[in-house]
Amino acid sequence: MAILIDANTRVVCQGITGSYGSFHAKQMLAYGTRLVAGQTPGKGGQVFEDTVPVFHTVREAVRETGADASVIFVPPAHAADAILEAVDAGIRVVIPITEGIPANDMVRVWPVVKARGVRMVGPNCPGVISPGKCKIGIMPGYIHKEGSIGVISRSGTLTYEAVWQLTCEGLGQSTCVGMGGDPVVGTRFVDALDLFQGDPETEAVVMIGEIGGTAEEEAATWIRAHMTKPVVAFIAGATAPPGRRMGHAGAIISGGQGTAQDKFRALEAAGVHVVRSPAEMGRRMREVLGR
Amino acid sequence: MKVHEYQAKDVLRRFGVAVPHGGSATTPAEAVEVARTLPGPVWVVKAQVHAGGRGKGRFRGEVSEDVLDRVLKGEDGVPGRGGVRLARSLEEVGGHAEAMLGRTLVTKQTGGSGVRVRRVYVEQGCAIARELYLAALLDRSRSQVVVMASTEGGTEIEEVAAHHPERIHKVWVDPAVGFAAFQARQLGFALGLAGGSLASFQRLVTGLVAAYHGTDASLAEVNPLVITEAGDAIALDAKMTFDDNGLFRHPEIAALRDLLEEDPNEVEASKHDLNYIKLSGDIGCMVNGAGLAMATMDIIKLNGGEPANFLDVGGGATLERVAAGFRIITSDPAVRGILVNIFGGIMKCDVIAEGVLAAVAEVGLSVPLVVRLEGTNVERGRALIAESGLPVITADSMEDAAHKVVAAARAGRSAWPS
Repeated sequence: MAILIDANTRVVCQGITGSYGSFHAKQMLAYGTRLVAGQTPGKGGQVFEDTVPVFHTVREAVRETGADASVIFVPPAHAADAILEAVDAGIRVVIPITEGIPANDMVRVWPVVKARGVRMVGPNCPGVISPGKCKIGIMPGYIHKEGSIGVISRSGTLTYEAVWQLTCEGLGQSTCVGMGGDPVVGTRFVDALDLFQGDPETEAVVMIGEIGGTAEEEAATWIRAHMTKPVVAFIAGATAPPGRRMGHAGAIISGGQGTAQDKFRALEAAGVHVVRSPAEMGRRMREVLGR
Repeated sequence: MKVHEYQAKDVLRRFGVAVPHGGSATTPAEAVEVARTLPGPVWVVKAQVHAGGRGKGRFRGEVSEDVLDRVLKGEDGVPGRGGVRLARSLEEVGGHAEAMLGRTLVTKQTGGSGVRVRRVYVEQGCAIARELYLAALLDRSRSQVVVMASTEGGTEIEEVAAHHPERIHKVWVDPAVGFAAFQARQLGFALGLAGGSLASFQRLVTGLVAAYHGTDASLAEVNPLVITEAGDAIALDAKMTFDDNGLFRHPEIAALRDLLEEDPNEVEASKHDLNYIKLSGDIGCMVNGAGLAMATMDIIKLNGGEPANFLDVGGGATLERVAAGFRIITSDPAVRGILVNIFGGIMKCDVIAEGVLAAVAEVGLSVPLVVRLEGTNVERGRALIAESGLPVITADSMEDAAHKVVAAARAGRSAWPS
């Protein structure tokens, strides 16, 4: 078990012939991900790395290979269309890695994804990895270790930092979900927490938030009502000034809302083990688990 | 991306939003010329800067520093005159423009240093019956565009939300069908409008939402939206910000960027695809990834330091980008120590180390530099730094790095082996 993806997940890579897509497709293959198909319009018939057939359309890729998850490396202007194509083809889990998709495109596409019951992680995210089973995304595989801690985060490299701390503490991970830093994302804290709560292999969860928006506050409310597994949390951006967008489109404190202090308070009130220092995520989890 | 009020109004006008007649000017003479083309007898002269709170702002030199401090605290009833002034003659228009152009305006949002006014907007005055509020923006919790209206025009919407949330009316735009006529009516009735004013408001709000979608805006705000004594709905003030990710398909909007309103280092950084934000502390930092960059700022603060900047070199930083980032950090005279924190994933640590060393060789090093590398090829990266012979302080964790850089910056340059 794990959440979202496991050893049986069959992956199609949209945009596999681009430089970014092909680089990461190779990395995924090397990790052992069952990358069964690639897709680039006009490049159908090619074979990627002598093993992965490339198709013109996702529909063909699904029909010929039984792909049920998609990872998208299509440039921003066409990424929303790529998401719609994956959904239309019957893909179960869609993971757009692409950074820089206009927010309005995601607003338009999201209801379609949702209505079809498709699980989307991202966009503008590092992807999802169930260590030892399947890696879909751009995270360095070797920092992970198979185990029982779920990780959910809005950030990329900060997630790697958290994972690395866990691994160094001897705590492996069930699944790590990089939900992405955009204003419109498919999987939020609440969705991932729900999945982790229901996953027998996940023992506890590390949650990494950021300033801006109210996703962490919503997560706190959900945790208080439904979560029985321990959660360790960190929120990045306690020192960020209001009104400035800190890299991620979502990371902005506006109108006094979305500050790190608000989020720390909400999470603490929900019984979450909050760490104020990003250096303490792994250590605190070990303490919480009594190891 | 932010734009000036006069630019926002130009954009809104194109989408059928009623705005007062007016024009922008960079000299007092030009301001008078603009006023002459408008019927009068009342004109409004408005300083064009990206910061809000202009009306309650004050000019440095015109009032004392004590008064400016009160402006920064957001006090009401501060003496002196603001960045929005009424004129009843052409001479007065010229006088107001003279008092603003080339001067420094301090508002609650500019910080103590204030911003230089390079342009004014001269507008036809109008007889106001009611002041309302209207905005379109993305509601992240619903992943839909929300259109908000309030009877409390002229006040910051955050204040209204805090004290009178019941006075804010919202409708959400279904992306499949778009903003519907009934929603415009719903908002109009909620504001207590009727007859010609209602029809005029409906046209304005429909235009505003069209402008939001048509330009990939992230905010289109009209505050105040006024109902004139004649019953017309007009956007008296307007603010638009645009989604940076959407600019590629709106070159006409991208062209509105005013680099003079931005920090020169931030402009330089954006040329290299670096994400840099100047802050007020003295520890410069260079990090890969926005979340890790924020966390690095946080841990500097936890160790008793203050970050001088936010700088995300991105996932695929090259030697050139790392060097550019380094130049920007070292050009900030406030910086007394530098922390490089890289978690190499796709970005290999040895490449980063080479970039840092090349940058140091190029721009020199006059303050302590602490480097923390982790991830892919970390051993090779650390070895490169050790072999370089440069006085780089290495750290093996975030905590260690933050502690070392704060201590080194405090020790000052005298303790620095050069």
